[in-house]
Order: sequence, then structure tokens, then C-alpha cells
Amino acid sequence: MSSRERILARVRAAVAGAPPVRVERDHRTAGHGPGDAGLFAERVRDYRAAVHVVPADQVADAVARALAERGARRVVVPDGLPEEWLPAGLERLRDDPPLGAAALDAADGVITGCAVAIAETGTIVLDTGPGQGRRALTLVPDYHLCVVPAARIVPAVPDAVARLDPSRPLTWISGPSATSDIELNRVEGVHGPRTLDVVVAAG
Amino acid sequence: MSGTFLGMPAFPRNAEKALLNSQLRFNLRNATHTIRARRAAVVDELPDWERLRAAGKAIKDDALRNLDRYLVQAEEAVTRAGGHVHWAADAAEAGRLVADLVRATGETEVVKVKSMATQEIGLNEILRDAGIVAAETDLAELIVQLGDDLPSHILVPAIHRNRAEIREIFRERMADWGRPAPPDLTDDPAALAEAARRHLRERFLTAEVGISGANFLIAETGTLVVLESEGNGRMCLTLPRTLISVVGIEKVLPTWRDLEVFLQLLPRSSTGERMNPYTSTWTGAAEGQEFHLILLDNGRTNALADEIGRQALRCIRCSACLNVCPVYERVGGHAYGSVYPGPIGAILTPLLRGTATDLDASLPYASSLCGACYDVCPVAIDIPEVLVHLRAKGPHPPAERLGMKAVGWTLNRPARLRLAQRAASRLRRLVPRRRLPGPGAAWTDTRDVPAVPEESFRAWWRRTEGREGGAR
Ligand code: SF4
Repeated sequence: MSSRERILARVRAAVAGAPPVRVERDHRTAGHGPGDAGLFAERVRDYRAAVHVVPADQVADAVARALAERGARRVVVPDGLPEEWLPAGLERLRDDPPLGAAALDAADGVITGCAVAIAETGTIVLDTGPGQGRRALTLVPDYHLCVVPAARIVPAVPDAVARLDPSRPLTWISGPSATSDIELNRVEGVHGPRTLDVVVAAG
Repeated sequence: MSGTFLGMPAFPRNAEKALLNSQLRFNLRNATHTIRARRAAVVDELPDWERLRAAGKAIKDDALRNLDRYLVQAEEAVTRAGGHVHWAADAAEAGRLVADLVRATGETEVVKVKSMATQEIGLNEILRDAGIVAAETDLAELIVQLGDDLPSHILVPAIHRNRAEIREIFRERMADWGRPAPPDLTDDPAALAEAARRHLRERFLTAEVGISGANFLIAETGTLVVLESEGNGRMCLTLPRTLISVVGIEKVLPTWRDLEVFLQLLPRSSTGERMNPYTSTWTGAAEGQEFHLILLDNGRTNALADEIGRQALRCIRCSACLNVCPVYERVGGHAYGSVYPGPIGAILTPLLRGTATDLDASLPYASSLCGACYDVCPVAIDIPEVLVHLRAKGPHPPAERLGMKAVGWTLNRPARLRLAQRAASRLRRLVPRRRLPGPGAAWTDTRDVPAVPEESFRAWWRRTEGREGGAR
């Protein structure tokens, strides 16, 4: 008998005669209107990320200011990122052909959009769709700037799960990389980007 | 410390040693109380916490009840998405599968994401014997690995080490594994984390094979889910060309939608955050990677066959029960002699491994049965119930069995009980405080004998009819 057959047979023998289980979902589920951009910004700030809430037509200025503040000049820009978010004169690295790990490591940062953002937890979710790029792009560079259009913000986790497509690789990001392994002191950035800036394009 | 949990002595002896270590107790108290307070605050924020908890419990119970069906469904979904699925009945088979898969890539080095399942099967040792170096990449696991040590907490495995010790470990051992620690390394946590970042980054950028576990496996879609903080998980899951995930069969969730419950329960219970910094999900061969899923039994079907014990398989490894446990707080994780410490370890380990060794037989006694672990558990595992059940099932010393029989005989007839109590009151001064003679000695090895009261409860009740302040 293969291990597969043996394990399945053991499982069946172990639960034989056990009663069926009813799953009640009387917790808060999806579908309670749009997410609150103010709450989202506040919750992202709790993770010690910088958040800038600006009118939709001032995203490029906010991006330029954030990059200048971080001293980021050569940044990775994934295909499909809206042009109007990008300041003029930006030194862009394109991921076509795909950049090697060393090239990504040498970049000053990366700018992306997102698939969904969650107000209650201050989370952004990337699904590798347009303007987000491969998973490695937001992982290897030390600085990540994410632009979140207010329309992408949902209230809570169930709304995000309902909107996302599980067949795509997803990355949920809540603040910069952090560790608390040394005497429970929070240290930002061990392996992922140490700095996360979020620009919320309101209304 | 020898770097293996196997063959460790029984819990009371481990605990006695740990209690003498005041540094350990200080670190533990500080850490468990801090996380505990944080958890309570973010749990209170959610108006539907108890309903989420009930849903989490029911979803897991359904997954376990129909595990055969869900496992086959997950296998089909992963295969459809270009992944390969393997089944491992025990630790040795899982280790062999991983070693063969690594060998097939021609590589002799792998990077690892922190995973309890791979620790449980002793994967690093199996790979070492196959000539493969497995590098831990979680900061705490790195500290443990470099220090030739064992993890002591599910969430913060190096909780027993302070910053000065970590600095020494880095200075002495990093060079053996790759980039050495900088010569002027201080014990500032930020400097230590930076040294780890540089040490590991070299490895990440060149690694061809990554090994992980998973927090959840979605049957409906074949999606794997990993929650983490540091980004080392993302590194191992994303950059290598080949990814191998070793996943216990109890990690299955029936549907994608179930994540709406568990992505709320787990981070809040675990680190006390609204959400952990990074969660990655992938289905089959993502972004051109070669993907292998190994489904691991290794005793889980034994646990499943135990009607009362099977609820332990609901565990999502949040470690909340460790942080509230008065026993864990004082003795630390090593005393449990297993990768699963604390209250959950005290039930899960004997359920998975059986109670053949002294250590495993002693684990159900590593608790005061105060019930704090049950109150805090996000999937409502009744740990005290399982502890009592395992105590009743486990081997008992002959004296204890005899004693229990005598108690039964006495309690069965009120008249006998009255007589026994009167005798006890009269003989009370003859009972030693510290150590019982004869067959009672084993029982008092680890406990003081309670004083026998002057008057029994029944006698007191008869005299006062239960009036408050009815002095004795
Ligand atoms: S038993 Fe419950 S509280 Fe303990 S680690 Fe598992 S899920 Fe968390």
C-alpha cells in the first residue's frame, strides 16, 4: 500500500462514526460598504510606516517628496503603473527583461500600486497584477512606496478575502519588515524592505 | 544543549533544572506578560471575537471530520496548478522525500523558513546526514542554530537568550556558516538584526532551493498560506527556483473563504498585532517555480483517532496558551522535551508520539489545570479536558492505582466517608508535611502534602449549616 493510501485509510478509520459539523458564520462578513481611508491611514501609521493622504491629482508630487526624503533615485517601476503617479525625471528601472536578484538589491527602492487595502488592519495586498510586478520586486529592494487609491480600500479582512483571486500569488503587507526576536525589542527590517511609505489617493 | 529533543528526561526533572535558571525565568516572565497584554488589547478591539472563535473551531472540526475528502481535493488542486504532491506516513519518509528532491536539483545547500513540522521530523539532521546544509533564516532560529541550541517557544524560539548572549553567539559562530559578524558588533538589538540581515542576504540571493512549512492549505483551491514578520519567509518562498513545503495533514482548511476567519484569529492571538507584517499565498507552481508539497502524517492520524484528544489538531500554533500558562512561564519551553512546548505541547506531543517514554508519559501532568489556556485559545481547544483524559489513559504507578481504588471505595458510601474523615482528623498530626513514606513517596516527590484540616467539610456544614463566617 502506498503512503497515500495508508494515510487516507487511517484518516477514514479514525473519524468513522463522528457526527457531521455545522459551520455558522455569524461573525462580521464581507459586504459592508467602502473602507474608511482615514482609519486605513491611522492603522498603517501604527506599524511605523509613513502615510501621506493626498487628493488624487497630487499623487506624483507626494511620490516625489517621499522619494526625495528617502534619498531614493533609481527605483524599480513595474509595468502598468499609472503614469500620472510618477514624477518627471525619475530614474526608472524596468523589470523587462526580468532583473536579477543582485540588480534588485542594488536598486534604491520600488514603487507599486496594490490590489486591495484593508482599513481595519492597515494592510495592503499585492496580487502581481498591473502596476505591482513579480513578488521579488517588493521584497529585495530596501524601500517600498505603495500608492493606494481610496477605491481599493475595503473595511475588513472578510472583504479582502472575498475580492482576491486565490489562483494569483498574493502578498499581504502590514507595515515594514519587523522582528521582535531579541528580548522582544521591535527592530524594523531584517529581510524585507525596512522602509514602507504609503500614499493614499483620496476620493 | 545537544541539539535534539529525543531522549530527554521526564518533565519534572527538566523543570527542576529550569527553575534554577533565574535569567530564563526573568526573560520568560517579561516576554509572556508583554505579549499577553498586547494580545488582550487587539482582541478586545473586535466586536465579534467570540463568534470568530466559534467559527474557527467549527471550520477546523469540519476539516478534520472530512479530512480524507479535503486532502484529496487539495492534492487535485495543487496538481492542476502545476505542483507535485507527495505523502509521508512518518518522519523518516518525509525526510527521505525532501533529501531526494534536493538531490535531484544538484544542490547541497537549502534555505529554510521557520517551520514546526520540519523541526518535528528532525529535517535538518536528516539533510545533514545526506550531505545537505539546511540554513535557518528566521532571526530567532538563526540564533538557535548558531548556538547549537533548541527552540523554546513557538513564536519567539530564542526567548531564553538575552542580547549579550546573542552577540557572543554571532561573534563566535557566524563565520562557520558564511559571512562573519562585524568585529565591532555591539549588543544593540538593531545592530544584531543588521548583522543577521547581512549574513543571510548573501545566502538568499544565491539560494536555489527553499524549504517551508505552511500555516494553512486550502482544499478548494490548493493554496498554501504562510504568515511571518521578518520577510525571510518571503525570501525563501520567492527567490529559489525550487520550493518544497512540508505540511501536516491537519493544516487543511476547506475553503478559500475560511481565511476570513483565520487571518483575524491568528495574528491577534499570536503576536498581538492586528495583522502580521507579511502573509504570502501561492497556488501550485507560482511564477515559474518548481513546487513540491509533502503531506505529513507522523502521528496525526493517531491523534485523530482519539475522540477527546483530536481537538488538539485544531491548533493553529499561535502560542497564546504558552503565554498565559503559569507552568510554562516558570520552566520555559525546553522542559517539555518537544518542539511543541507549553499547554498545547503537553497534549499534542503524547497524542502524536504515544506515551511509551517517561517524558511523554509525564507531559499530561505538566499543568496546574487552571484553564487559562482554554480561555485564550482562538480555536477553543479544551486543553484541561484533554490533559485529564490523557492522565486517565496513561500508565499509572501501582500505588496510585491502589490509592484511587481505595478512594472510590470510601467515596461510594457516605458512612465510610464519615468514618474516614473522622479518622483523618484524629491522625492529622501524624501526617508528614514534606514527603509521604511508602507507596505515597512517588506522589510527594514533586508536591508538598496538604495539611489535613481539623474538621472535615461535612462536619463543618453539619455544625454551621453553611452560614458564612461559621468559624471552625
Ligand atoms: S492550543 Fe490554541 S492557544 Fe495554544 S497554540 Fe494552539 S491554537 Fe494557540
